Amino acid sequence: MADKVLMKGNEAIAEAAIKAGCRHYFGYPITPQTEIAAYMAKRMPKIGGVFLQAESEISAINMVYGVAGTGMRVMTSSSSPGISLKQEGISYIAGADLPALIVNIQRGGPGLGGIQPSQSDYFQSTKGGGHGDYRLIVLTPASVQEMADLTMLAFELSEKYRVPAMLLADGTMGQMMEPVEIPEADYTPTEKDWTVTGTQMKRKHNVVNSLYLSPEELEKTNFERFERYKQIEENEARYESFMMEDAEYCVVAFGIASRVSKNAVIAAREMGIKVGMIRPITIWPFPAKPLAEAADKVKSFLSVELSMGQMIEDVKLATECKKPVYLCNRVGGMIPTPEQVLESIKKMAGGER
Amino acid sequence: MKRITIFSGHYGSGKTNVAINYAVKLGKEGNPVSIADLDIVNPYFRTKDSEELFEKNGIELISLPFANTSVDLPSMPSAAYGLFERRDRKVIIDLGGDDRGALALGRFRPRLLEENDYEMIFTVNFYRPLTTTVEEAYEVFKEIEYASKLKFTKIVNNSNLGIETGAEDVLKTVALANELAEKTGTELLFTSVDESVYDEVTKVLSPEKVFKLKLQEKIF
Repeated sequence: MADKVLMKGNEAIAEAAIKAGCRHYFGYPITPQTEIAAYMAKRMPKIGGVFLQAESEISAINMVYGVAGTGMRVMTSSSSPGISLKQEGISYIAGADLPALIVNIQRGGPGLGGIQPSQSDYFQSTKGGGHGDYRLIVLTPASVQEMADLTMLAFELSEKYRVPAMLLADGTMGQMMEPVEIPEADYTPTEKDWTVTGTQMKRKHNVVNSLYLSPEELEKTNFERFERYKQIEENEARYESFMMEDAEYCVVAFGIASRVSKNAVIAAREMGIKVGMIRPITIWPFPAKPLAEAADKVKSFLSVELSMGQMIEDVKLATECKKPVYLCNRVGGMIPTPEQVLESIKKMAGGER
Repeated sequence: MKRITIFSGHYGSGKTNVAINYAVKLGKEGNPVSIADLDIVNPYFRTKDSEELFEKNGIELISLPFANTSVDLPSMPSAAYGLFERRDRKVIIDLGGDDRGALALGRFRPRLLEENDYEMIFTVNFYRPLTTTVEEAYEVFKEIEYASKLKFTKIVNNSNLGIETGAEDVLKTVALANELAEKTGTELLFTSVDESVYDEVTKVLSPEKVFKLKLQEKIF
């Protein structure tokens, strides 16, 4: 058959993970990400992989922790309330410097919330959802193709820096169907010097652990880890710049919000408003540099989010509040319409030209 | 044609969309039509999305009172039972995806067999993952028959790539659909295509074997 297939975002994540060499999936069903688990349940047994539905999210993330210690590619997925349950394990994985992929297909919150899309786990993903000083590499796809591509990238970056990665999307991205091409990844597992795979009495044993009884030693691991975070911030921030060349106003949006906003930006341009968009593809590291540069050129920013305004704080930090930053948002499972974003752009620009 | 038409198939093969369009066609031909949403798998993309279309065409919609209300509770509308009594009506049944979705049919099996006036349709989109080959599709086909304890009688080829579908994309799947029909001892009822490529497709395929529908639109 053709190279392209028609996939749901959730299915694209699962297939891309398999192509990237992931043979271990642990999860627990929750709407709107259940297709990931369902797909893995069907595919993994056929390719000698492991699909395991754990008794809880907490259990699943600790299974991920275990496999990650062996250096093999491993993942779990859930949606907002389930990701909250996984936070302790994520902190342990970060503290043990292990690569792993955690997928969050967000739904409205807080609490049990609802099953409709949301981006309100931004803080949780980028500011440390669990305890301790740590970061996740957080990638935010805006198409089904990116759901696949960024899943593959997440495995690579996570392994390269030994930092757990998160793919952060929302219910719409998980459920929508688009034509997609899943590339073949050229992944061959490499020998790593830190894995716990048996010494065969040939070397000193490795320890995978996040417990340090000596505060001096624990401080050292934190300092070392943050050196790596600095490298990631310098090298791995990704974004898309759209119609920014002559822009006087800048929309900032990621994921589903950026798709809506793109329509609004095009419509505003047709009205003569010089507006562009910066779409963060990673939200940690946050693409601070292009925003700082934009702050010297544009008159104001508009942060479009499916939250009460979480990313807006990073926009303000990146731009050092040089220019006003406004918010356009819907929450609780609602999505802003292109018309709503257009109205906000028009208001920001002081009306139609 | 048979009184009851059941649309089943792989998750995301387009069952609901084909069922909706098929019900509207039957309605427009002057039949009294009921469409029943028996999807116990997916809380999204429900038959109920097309409520207005049904009202306009005088089609009765049987769905859960809380379909599309975010209540993620797999259950069946009680009015579905009446469909087996009201034999003056044409009935379209829209099942949930895969063998899990087909389980919903189990309890109606005795009624279906007793009346013996139904068509059980395997909807397939060869561009969907896990049904990209005849062998893969056959596996899903068999899983559904096993779960529903009913045999498929027809195949609908709903192969498409969403908004990127060209006539050529559709045409090259017809051979696969025919092969699947032969392998399963069923028959290809029709190939369903979006109205945008209908004219081009019917230059090659006989119009009786092509069903014109509207694919879901891209919102943003």
